[in-house]
Amino acid sequence: MFSAQEIAIIKRLQEDLPLVPQPYAVLATQLGISEADLLKCIEQLQAQGVIRRLGAILRHRQAGMQGNVMVVWRVPPAEINRVGEILARSPAVTHCYERPTAPDWPYNLYSMVHARDEIECRSIVQDLALQVGLEDYQLLFTVKEFKKTSMHYFA
Amino acid sequence: MLNERDRQLLNRLQSHLPLKSNPFQAVGEELGMTETEVLERLSRLKQKGIIRRIGASMNSQSLGYVSTLVALKVPEGRLMEVAGLINQFPGVTHNYQRNHTYNLWFTLISPSQQELEGTLKELQKRVGNLPLLNLPARRLFKIRAEFVF
Repeated sequence: MFSAQEIAIIKRLQEDLPLVPQPYAVLATQLGISEADLLKCIEQLQAQGVIRRLGAILRHRQAGMQGNVMVVWRVPPAEINRVGEILARSPAVTHCYERPTAPDWPYNLYSMVHARDEIECRSIVQDLALQVGLEDYQLLFTVKEFKKTSMHYFA
Repeated sequence: MLNERDRQLLNRLQSHLPLKSNPFQAVGEELGMTETEVLERLSRLKQKGIIRRIGASMNSQSLGYVSTLVALKVPEGRLMEVAGLINQFPGVTHNYQRNHTYNLWFTLISPSQQELEGTLKELQKRVGNLPLLNLPARRLFKIRAEFVF
């Protein structure tokens, strides 16, 4: 599916780009290809959606976004689309997924809300709940972060 | 804390680093900064821990990988120990304690469905069969891990 060269490029882009004027030239040398070929390949991987983003990946807590809550919603199955789309439109919601339920777990829609602090998070969620017209939801705040890394594909 | 120019730079640089020989110069031109200013600000933001990495985020699905979200109900006294066990699995990228009886939530990425199920079994065994929810995404409504400052 992917060529050896593509895999090598993907693996390298999962690491840090050097903070020098010509970072792609440095990578190309490391990979033993030309800078032009590297840029062409990255462009293709972006167009195919394999590379979702290329840029600075932040630690949002350190950047002043200290409020972070996972909101789980119990949504009647027929309304999942409507509710999911409303939640997705909110700029404070970064991720929104439908997930299965379990006997002791009735929640089927998940949204991650990021804001400056816990108070702002709560007020955003209250507002979202009114918009979607649902009362059965829970706020699962992060108490402790044990791990947060990027996946190493083709490791 | 961040000043206005740091903010502009972070807002610009969370995606689409230009595919040009001098990408930081190109970003600088858009924002009215020199290449040196861009590089120095970025290096400071990295030192401060605000930038974790400058590189690519991949779409795991298009690489043929599968992922899931898992919740565990861990007795309070075992939380550190169990979190440590979970962290050892290389496919675990995020692992958080949350305020619920299902108190440990982590994401798991694997090269195939079969391997994912194998890892979950192994993991269950190692933590001593704690109550577990396996919650793979059924549908994606939004993914945008970018922040506006």
